[in-house]
Amino acid sequence: MNEPRPPDISFENVTKSFGAHVVLSGVSMEVAPGEVLCVMGRSGTGKSVTLKLMIGLLKADSGIVRVQDRDVAGLDQEGLSQMRRRIGFLFQGGALFTEFSVNDNLALPLQRFTKKSKAEIDALVQKRLDDVGLGKDREKMPSELSGGMRKRAGLARALVLDPSVLLADEPTSGLDPVTASEIDDLLLRLKQSRKPTMLIVTHDNRSARRLADRLAVLDGGRIVAVGTISELEKSDNALVRALLLTEC
Amino acid sequence: MIVRAALDFLGNLGLFALRAAKLAFVPPFEGDMIRRQVGDIGVGSLPLVVACGFAVGLVISLHTRSSLIRFGAESLIPAAQSVSIFSEIGPLVAALLVAGRVGAGIGAELAGMRVDEEIDAVEAFSIDSFKLLVIPRIVACMIALPLLTVFMDVAGFAGGYAAERAASHISLHLYLDRSFAQIRWVTFVPPTLKTVFFGFIVGLISSWFGYTADEGAGGIGRAATNSVVASSLLIIVADVILVKSIFFLFPGTAI
Repeated sequence: MNEPRPPDISFENVTKSFGAHVVLSGVSMEVAPGEVLCVMGRSGTGKSVTLKLMIGLLKADSGIVRVQDRDVAGLDQEGLSQMRRRIGFLFQGGALFTEFSVNDNLALPLQRFTKKSKAEIDALVQKRLDDVGLGKDREKMPSELSGGMRKRAGLARALVLDPSVLLADEPTSGLDPVTASEIDDLLLRLKQSRKPTMLIVTHDNRSARRLADRLAVLDGGRIVAVGTISELEKSDNALVRALLLTEC
Repeated sequence: MIVRAALDFLGNLGLFALRAAKLAFVPPFEGDMIRRQVGDIGVGSLPLVVACGFAVGLVISLHTRSSLIRFGAESLIPAAQSVSIFSEIGPLVAALLVAGRVGAGIGAELAGMRVDEEIDAVEAFSIDSFKLLVIPRIVACMIALPLLTVFMDVAGFAGGYAAERAASHISLHLYLDRSFAQIRWVTFVPPTLKTVFFGFIVGLISSWFGYTADEGAGGIGRAATNSVVASSLLIIVADVILVKSIFFLFPGTAI
């Protein structure tokens, strides 16, 4: 009989404050390998902070954050570096490096962390950009891209090292419904084809309904509800109902 | 309170400078980024430096003429102009211009990267954002500023000649003869090389304000303003020390 696989991501009683402002207060949650967990909540409830704790951009005040069974806080620089290479991070605005072309944004991590030749890197960058529909825009600078294109380029860059975990911070925020739906399509295709573990922070209940295997709702620094969409639709919690039922 | 804040600032800046000095000698050396920055800083500042240099040369000529002519020392005007331009005015004005243009640019650019999470994105790939973004800017300022100073000197010299030519119809040959009669390598090389330190100051201070900026649009504005003010102030303070050091090391330059 197979041993059950440990969760790819786990939070155990995690607390995080900025000065006197408590952002996360005893948060515990798990994301299984290949699962898509969407985290929803009001603005400023620490959703993005949870993502940054996972890749060590922020440190928890207390509690344990584990990624692929390793305690993030206990990793040395080399360990953290290796872990980060297995995680793709799609930032809210794409966070493309403004000084580099789209091509160079994707090529940089490949040049740094793989032994691929220039031709191999060119081919891989082209493939990743084709996947997100930006194959003809590789020489453009980020300033020449629209908001949706920047997010798609950011997604291509997040996937360039073929990560087993993808973290996405508000992938559809600030986009019109059509572009937002295109981003959802990309994430859905990714979920079906490569099956990475995904943790998606979003306000967009349409995205959450399409993508999430489970949903977690953050409020007042705590997880107030976790479950599948159909389970949470039966919740008595007013915030959960508002987040799931309000049109974006 | 103010003293404590000043000490805090200097302490943090000192640690930032030590980190930069240490990491500058650790591979990878980010040659592409340095070349890109030298291009942006050097080529981008060139029209401003040349135009200002020419204007400063004209103004110096007007002042030295009105002063020296009273003492019947009209023949010393080219030498006085060239010595003042090469030994002090050129390096200092070039540094202040670069502090204004480049310092604000670096401060705002890095603060913008902080706000837009670009610095986080670099770190998320386990690439050292300090090495990738800060060190190339500091090194590029140290390379570009001496080169810009040479252009500033030449433009100032040309401005001085233009003013003298208009006032006294002096020939270029005679102007060159009289100018370079007082110029030796110590009049030109050490003052030009001191701008390497000025470049370090501009790169360091503006990178510090940008890299450590608060998030939000206000943080970008503050980083740009503080970069220019602090860089300009420290350049002038450092100039006093560097001029004194040059006089000490090369006594012949102390005219």
